Amino acid sequence: MRKNLWMLVSLLLVVSVMFTGCGDAGDTGGEETVASVGMVTDMGGIDDKSFNATAWKGVELAIEELNVSGSYLESQQQTDYATNITQYIKQDTDLIVTVGFLLADDTAAMAAENPDVNFAIVDFGSLGDNVRGLTFSTDQAGFMAGYVAAAATKTGKVATFGGINIPTVAIFMVGFEAGVDYYNAQNGASVEVLGWNTAENNGVFVGNFESTDDGRRVAEEFMAEGADVVMPVAGPVGLGSAQAVQEAGNAWIIGVDTDWTVSASQYKDVVLTSVLKNMDVAVFDTIKQVIDPNFAGFGGENYVGTLENDGVGIAPVASGAVADAVLKDLETIKASIIAGEIDTGWDTYLAGLE
Amino acid sequence: MSRQKANAEGKSPSRISAAARSLAVPLLAVVTALIIGALLIIVTDETVLAAFGRGIGSGLVQAWRIISKAYGAFFFGAFGDLYHITETLRIATPYIFAGLAVALGFQGGLFNIGAEGQYFIGGLTSVYVGYSLTGLPWFVHLPLALLAGAVGGALWAGIVGVLKAKTGAHEVINTIMMNYVAYRLAEFMLDVGGPMARPGYRPVSPEVQPSAYLPQFFPSDSTIRFNAGFFIALAFAVLVWWLLYKTTLGYEIRTVGQNPHAARYAGINVPRTIIITMALSGALAGLAAPMDILGVIHFMPNAFSSGYGFDAIALALLGNSHPLGVVLASLLFGALRSGASNMQGIAQIPIDITSILQGLIIVFIAAPAIVRAIYRIRGLEQGEELVLTRGWGQM
Repeated sequence: MRKNLWMLVSLLLVVSVMFTGCGDAGDTGGEETVASVGMVTDMGGIDDKSFNATAWKGVELAIEELNVSGSYLESQQQTDYATNITQYIKQDTDLIVTVGFLLADDTAAMAAENPDVNFAIVDFGSLGDNVRGLTFSTDQAGFMAGYVAAAATKTGKVATFGGINIPTVAIFMVGFEAGVDYYNAQNGASVEVLGWNTAENNGVFVGNFESTDDGRRVAEEFMAEGADVVMPVAGPVGLGSAQAVQEAGNAWIIGVDTDWTVSASQYKDVVLTSVLKNMDVAVFDTIKQVIDPNFAGFGGENYVGTLENDGVGIAPVASGAVADAVLKDLETIKASIIAGEIDTGWDTYLAGLE
Repeated sequence: MSRQKANAEGKSPSRISAAARSLAVPLLAVVTALIIGALLIIVTDETVLAAFGRGIGSGLVQAWRIISKAYGAFFFGAFGDLYHITETLRIATPYIFAGLAVALGFQGGLFNIGAEGQYFIGGLTSVYVGYSLTGLPWFVHLPLALLAGAVGGALWAGIVGVLKAKTGAHEVINTIMMNYVAYRLAEFMLDVGGPMARPGYRPVSPEVQPSAYLPQFFPSDSTIRFNAGFFIALAFAVLVWWLLYKTTLGYEIRTVGQNPHAARYAGINVPRTIIITMALSGALAGLAAPMDILGVIHFMPNAFSSGYGFDAIALALLGNSHPLGVVLASLLFGALRSGASNMQGIAQIPIDITSILQGLIIVFIAAPAIVRAIYRIRGLEQGEELVLTRGWGQM
């Protein structure tokens, strides 16, 4: 008799789950909130320690402070974007946040078909009246990081590399190189940048945003060439670089998107600083707009994160890495960038692409 | 032999036939995976842990609630209404092609690990024909775009076939290496400013001409993306079955797969058969990509990494390298993914559960002894088991 007991028990379990479950399928939960927010990630997933994670932080903050309900849907494939956006539309979500340029086509199509739904897309300009584009002048923060890197290097070589050569990645590197050049001009130094050249629009790219092995390999190559500061602009790939840098013991890593002394704290002893792209601030700001009783649609406007509105910035520099005078310089540089007196080279670069 | 026979007769006679028993293992593998998945959902759910803190009873009730909500959403997401059924079928479509590709290779004794790369190349060639040719009627343009995908994949895999046939270079190594070449080629073609990139700042190809779209079945409802691709995939499954079991070429492929030395002795041109098998396998993998490109998204992004090519190995194993088995396995994977997507939306269960379920199912199928031990099923007798591949160490 014991022979088929297991089979019977498991069969019963599955069947009963199927039946009891179907009744609950429509229950979405989350009552008593002023608005609902749904976020659709790209293929990097929610815990990419970069991009998706930061945007989600903004939603989480809004859940805590603004009494909204929020959830996210992860995408595993290109075809999942539309599926996930559709799910939120069917749930009457008030604001749908899509993360990344990969979702641009689907966001644009869905927004056009559903003019009453509010959308926001991270890292892309507005795609219609009901879509708010959330973009970032990361060149400004990258510039400051470049200045710090040039001041911190002992070998006279600093390095950067990217995931894929797209503007949202290159913008970090363009600013970084301009910051190093500015340091050279101001201090009569000749620090060299490996891995990127704005004038040629050419540099080192690993071709993905996933492989920590690639990050390790590229960082090791840079260090072998004599660089002692590395800024990886490739999401989780950079964590591999951080590990390589930590093992080498005589170099620095510059974090991107979030403060790596917090988000990748196992490497905090080698983090020189981080280029902050505060997507959480942008998302939170967008949610705040939507729940405002006077909100009358985005009107196709863009949010642009800058040093001025704290949409971008740099994390505190590791203590003792650079002289105090450099930190003072940074304050001046920040003010000058905000005032428009320093050119990060981004506009020229962008014009060159067209 | 006689000892074995006696052994089999000595066991309590089971009324289930051998065929039913060979189906029982995959089925029970799925059930077991779902049960383990349920346990995982329970132990990772904070509300359940909190409820167990208040007592065993309330813990069990909460666990039951979470599971029934999650699996309710799961089954609804897989089969619940027209939208979800069509999603299951749509997701299964590229799986069928990729699975057939690997299964055909297995039948010919070849381990095609490169379906992913062939998928990329098929995507590139298909999307190129899809967007660059204009002014053609759909009945010319669509078949051309599909053909381009097949040819691209066939050429890519054919290179490996030639290398194996002429030099004995092992196809496992070469298909893996060709994957990297394919990824980088796609990247070069589609990167901003690349030869196949859309003008602007995004690494994606231009839009495919509407004349190359796979026809939608529900054009009035744009959320339903079910298209003719599914039936094309079914037709190809029949075609592959016919090729393998009803033609001389298919007989040669299977003979080379079983024993290349015997095949050569029997007068079969083994190198030629290897090249053909590899190219056909690549053509099928290459056809998987247009299912998404021409049927659903209508362009090809640089980050097209899909995992179809690797899931395909699991599909071929799951389907016993038989076209019908591959179709069933693909439908299962389609249902899993469609269901998990809904489960994520309704019950906030991480989408990664699909990978876990897929992994568990494959483990249980690859090691049937586990399932048989749990459910006390008698094993298949000698000679009933199917040889999947003899890919290693040949030639």
